[in-house]
Amino acid sequence: MTSANQTRNPAGGVATPPAARRPAAPASSRRAETRRKWYEIIGLTTPALAVYVMFVLVPMGFAVYYSLFRWRGVGPPTEYVGLRNYVLAFGDPIFLDALRNNAIIVAGSLLIQGPLALGIALLLNRHFRGRALFRLLAFVPYVLAEVTVGIMWKLLLTDGGTVDALLRSVGLGGLVRAWLADLDVVIWTLLFVLTWKYVGFAIILLLAGLSNVPQELTEAAAIDGAGWWQTQRHVTLPLLGPTIRIWMFLSMIGALQVFDVVWVTSVPAVRSLGASGTMATYMVDNGFFARLWGYGNAVAVILFVISFVAALLFQRFILRRDIEGAITGRANRP
Amino acid sequence: MTTHPVHSPSAGRRPLSWGTPLTYALALAVAAVSITPILYVVVGGFRTTPQIVADPAGLPDPWVFDNYARVLTQSNFWRQAFNSAVVALGTTLGVVVLGLSAAFVLARYVFRGREALYTFFTLGLLFPAGAAILPLYLMLRDLGLVNSYYAVILPQVAFQLPLTIVILRPFLAAIPRELEDAAAIDGAGRIGFLWRIALPLSRPALVTVGVLAFVASWNAFLLPLLVLGDVNLHTLPLGVQNFSSQFSTDTAGVLAFTSLAMLPALLFFTLAERHIVGGLQGAVKG
Repeated sequence: MTSANQTRNPAGGVATPPAARRPAAPASSRRAETRRKWYEIIGLTTPALAVYVMFVLVPMGFAVYYSLFRWRGVGPPTEYVGLRNYVLAFGDPIFLDALRNNAIIVAGSLLIQGPLALGIALLLNRHFRGRALFRLLAFVPYVLAEVTVGIMWKLLLTDGGTVDALLRSVGLGGLVRAWLADLDVVIWTLLFVLTWKYVGFAIILLLAGLSNVPQELTEAAAIDGAGWWQTQRHVTLPLLGPTIRIWMFLSMIGALQVFDVVWVTSVPAVRSLGASGTMATYMVDNGFFARLWGYGNAVAVILFVISFVAALLFQRFILRRDIEGAITGRANRP
Repeated sequence: MTTHPVHSPSAGRRPLSWGTPLTYALALAVAAVSITPILYVVVGGFRTTPQIVADPAGLPDPWVFDNYARVLTQSNFWRQAFNSAVVALGTTLGVVVLGLSAAFVLARYVFRGREALYTFFTLGLLFPAGAAILPLYLMLRDLGLVNSYYAVILPQVAFQLPLTIVILRPFLAAIPRELEDAAAIDGAGRIGFLWRIALPLSRPALVTVGVLAFVASWNAFLLPLLVLGDVNLHTLPLGVQNFSSQFSTDTAGVLAFTSLAMLPALLFFTLAERHIVGGLQGAVKG
């Protein structure tokens, strides 16, 4: 890569031209070479760095600034109100409902999708004809657009719609509810739709983890007389730990920011009563559509801080070793 | 390397056999739950709204092609599909070009601050994209970019870069040094090596990050919702949402529009499944 590396090459063997050229080169040309290297480094990284800083990092900084103002979005913000927007947010029962809904979705995603996906992944990891097709079908909901999924379930769940008709036809008509309008039911309906949509993502990741479990281990367990279930429980599951923890991390961050499915599926009126809104829909409703820009940005900062702190805590206490591979390099790669 | 196709190598070692009936019963149940709702939407598009109201769970009788024809000829479907394609292709191109050049530097150059720069990029993986949407809108508005394709493409590229760099860097780092030396003997500089050797060799990884960026863009809703107020610029997800609220009484039409909007994604997924699945798995494994 650089001269430092090249001089470390064993001097013996074939004397390659670069190796031969370098020691002979005068200091000035080596300096030119170094300068050229830096031009290349700067030229190749600047576009990516500029776009990344400008559109990912800078907006968050502005959010903090705007959140300190009462501002309708016209002209520069002038009415400084300090932390009042934050105080207002935590005093608004609808926002607190949004926090509770996010908590339900985070917990529900982890507790329902996790075991469900694990069961399905173990099933689809068995060797049987047609396995590839079944995997493909299990992944399909995950690749559909959130909006399409939302509209689809909205249609299926309308009053007297298909879901109701199906329940009645199998004699479970007593279970029928106003799935998307009943204030006590709607958050669980949303949780169901989100589970349907995202369980495939967990399955994809877990199948990857399963394909890394050495077959020798499961075979050895089988030879020792362990049944299929015992093998999964005592050999496969422990080895899946890192994959499960990374999925939990991604799932948690996604659930904290969930917007599309909630926005499309739930009626605005129900959302405005706090029954189905999340932090993200609350932020867009108030900031963008009601044009309370200062307030909306305060909610954005709260959402950011909650997600970021959750991410850091999870990384610090649960991922620790696993994340080294995924985020900071290739430390735990075999 | 980074990509691990679903069809694991162990499949070759152990011949596939017919599973037990229980395995098939469970697998069929899983498949049914995931695709029945989708089939319902597609088939429902072939019914009329009165048919659907009378018997929500029934089959078309007779089959009606009018809904699909109507959506394809009288709605903005084609316009929106075109916009989605432009935005998705622009995003993919930006992600691949910027991601490759940055990942190449991070993988093949030794310099002070390299790991810091890499960590700086990976920080974006922890950054909640949704939270920044309001200030992002304000910034795009002040830049005069609102109601243009760039307003969607540029932020999407930015938010996709961390994942792209995490996937590409180990791939580029794994190219043997001998190839770089050989290129140097032939008089190619590092840029020549990037263009003529690293680029073709990392094609599988590039396809993976490209497909992931394309799908993310194709499905995106929140950013276009805020920055594309102009109906002529609406992408398909916005179109589906608008159509369904505008013609909410035309259930059959909404079903037809929704299934036509799903179709490209489903086709694309069937073709690129290996890359999508492999990419997600590779990203998680680093």
